[in-house]
Amino acid sequence: MSRKIYMFLSLLAILAFALTACGPAATEAPAAEEPAAEEPAAEEPVAEEPAAEPVTITWWHIQTEEHQVALWEGLAAEYMAAHPNVTIEITALENEAFKTKLTTVMQSNDPPDIFQSWGGGVMNEYAEAGLLKDITADLAAGGWGDTFAPGALGLYAYNGVNYGVPRDAGIVGFWYNTELFAQAGISAPPATWDELVADIELLKDAGITPIAVGAGDKWPGAFWWEYLAVRIGGKAAFDAAYSRSGAFTDAPFVQAGEMLQELVAMDAFQPGFLAATWGDEAIAMANSNAAMDLMGQWAPGAFRENSADGVGLDGKLGWFPFPAIPGGAGGAVDALGGGNGFVVGINAEPEAIDFLKFISSVDSQTAQAEIGMSVPVVAGAEVGLTDAMLLQVQQGLSAAEYFQLYYDQYLPPAVGSVVNDAVAGLFAGTLTPEEAAQQIDDAYAAELQ
Amino acid sequence: MQIGAVGKAGGEQATGFPVRAGDRSVIFFFLLPAFALFFIFLAFPIIKSVYYSFFDWAGFGPAVDVVWLDNFKRILTDQVFIKAVVNCLILIVLALLVQLPFSLALAMLVGRSLRGRAVFRTIFFMPYVLSEVITAAIWLILLNPMPARGFINAVITLIPGADPVLWLADPSLVMISIFVVLTWKYFGLHLLLYMAGLQSIPKEIEEAAVIDGANKRQLFFGIILPLLSSTIRTSVWLSVLGSLQQFALIWIMTRGGPVNSSEVMSTYMYRYSFVRFDLGYGSAVAIILLLISLTFSVAYLRLFPQRDHLSGL
Repeated sequence: MSRKIYMFLSLLAILAFALTACGPAATEAPAAEEPAAEEPAAEEPVAEEPAAEPVTITWWHIQTEEHQVALWEGLAAEYMAAHPNVTIEITALENEAFKTKLTTVMQSNDPPDIFQSWGGGVMNEYAEAGLLKDITADLAAGGWGDTFAPGALGLYAYNGVNYGVPRDAGIVGFWYNTELFAQAGISAPPATWDELVADIELLKDAGITPIAVGAGDKWPGAFWWEYLAVRIGGKAAFDAAYSRSGAFTDAPFVQAGEMLQELVAMDAFQPGFLAATWGDEAIAMANSNAAMDLMGQWAPGAFRENSADGVGLDGKLGWFPFPAIPGGAGGAVDALGGGNGFVVGINAEPEAIDFLKFISSVDSQTAQAEIGMSVPVVAGAEVGLTDAMLLQVQQGLSAAEYFQLYYDQYLPPAVGSVVNDAVAGLFAGTLTPEEAAQQIDDAYAAELQ
Repeated sequence: MQIGAVGKAGGEQATGFPVRAGDRSVIFFFLLPAFALFFIFLAFPIIKSVYYSFFDWAGFGPAVDVVWLDNFKRILTDQVFIKAVVNCLILIVLALLVQLPFSLALAMLVGRSLRGRAVFRTIFFMPYVLSEVITAAIWLILLNPMPARGFINAVITLIPGADPVLWLADPSLVMISIFVVLTWKYFGLHLLLYMAGLQSIPKEIEEAAVIDGANKRQLFFGIILPLLSSTIRTSVWLSVLGSLQQFALIWIMTRGGPVNSSEVMSTYMYRYSFVRFDLGYGSAVAIILLLISLTFSVAYLRLFPQRDHLSGL
């Protein structure tokens, strides 16, 4: 008899286990989607109020510096105060961690409502898989779309459909330590490649590490090769390779590899650059352990964040554009760059789009510019941009006759990551310029099949 | 109903609920949760991986582009994958030739007669308690190329004329550096295993051998080592499987770099699945890794069956 009871109890326990396992999913989902269904919830007084239904917006961004986190949190709090039914869950992630974590949620079909994007090939891949929400109509309504610089907004559109909005736009350039340059006896930043090479020699003679690069993270190293290709081959070379009337094995791309390896050979980069991350690169710059850094508009913030004193290079930081290469097909004003933006996940509620509108308003953009976090892309926010160097970046962007989005974002992700890997091979000397170019071209050809 | 039928066939008790059948169903019910977990989190994903390995699939949306065995063909001819396999083998060989003998030697010391051995045991076991992520983070700082930040290079540069060593940035050094870190982390586990093994060797046998005139060497090779064989068997097995599947520590410290020089099979798998957006290919790598581990495991257990020298005593 007792055995039967025992059996019954264990059955009950297993059933209870199974039921609780199913429980939350089964009860929560309909409640979240249609709490308007009044019959079962009649006892609860909350359901009878006509108040807007509660909405949770998940928001992933990659601004981890103190001021930037505070700005975003402030805006979210302000929005939540004005819309009591909205809860905003912010996830602030470091760049590489963000990419990793985002990939997993995307592959499980669960994108955040609003998240960081650089537009281009990676975003297109998400769009094709149906993971992003079409916000074209929202941008058209009330002229929201017209507030953005058209070029910057275009990065977040694919096949004529808008999936997101830009937050900032800029170009890659040289951030340099004016004190270290003065110590090495360099009076003016280099305007040509030969001058850059000469300055590297001067810095080395003065016992200063000329350049910091995070070749371990790959994309900071890839900037070098890409910018060299922009200068040597110009728009024509890239367009030819991209449209397959040419190839990434064409002379400019090989020459870019050769010039890069010349720099490596002359010990222009900090010791251990092969394993260094972008964080190591920023640490080296921020603490005056290296004189130059080829990086985008977010660099000053990272220098501040990574310096021992929290000040970074404020007061001794300068900026100059990538030097001209005499004889190259690309103009001296052509630029490699890109921006940051936010795209909208497929499961986002209308409130998420409204919130996106709120954080990309002129006021928000001005506030971002004021703390040097963004080079604004919304008309009227330039007034906030007081930082002299970010102004230079902005002018460089608007002056560019040919603007090339970073290859690893512009090209499909499978090709972009090969670009990054191949350039890392150039830095390490394990690939010749021809082999690196061949690998990239093979990956692109395979992708087009 | 089934239970009742089985019970009648057994027909052992008149009360209606035969012991055997009852036991069996109780066992079945208690196994059910474990079975369910096993199926959901192990068997099902493996089956899924096999399925996806036949596709050219980025991992987003439905998989439609069937390429059959093309992924496997590409993997087995890829130089980087070969390199990853070789690196795994290097880790295994180093572990067997250096890490395990080192652990055994330490176990002989601290497992027996060293003064203050409890303290040493605790210290040696401590690294094993840390997670791989924390271990990697600690060693990243210690191995930093800048003497101002990395302790090891700070010490090295105290020697006049010595340059900082690029532990992780030098392609020819990186595997050695990683092996040192892995050894630091895992020797404590093997030490503990060997200590437990040593303690299970009855003192009488050793004493008898000593009385018969065995010297220290004979004692070690003739008595202790053979009696430790089942412990060594377990330790080798754990070590090889651990080396084959090593991921977190390497990914955090080097991401398989510089330029694939510390690539192992699991970092290669991760790179293709989640960095290069080629989940079909990554799944195929996972299947190959599974087959290699499984083959090793089965072959090893067959070739070296459990022998118990002590049970007859």
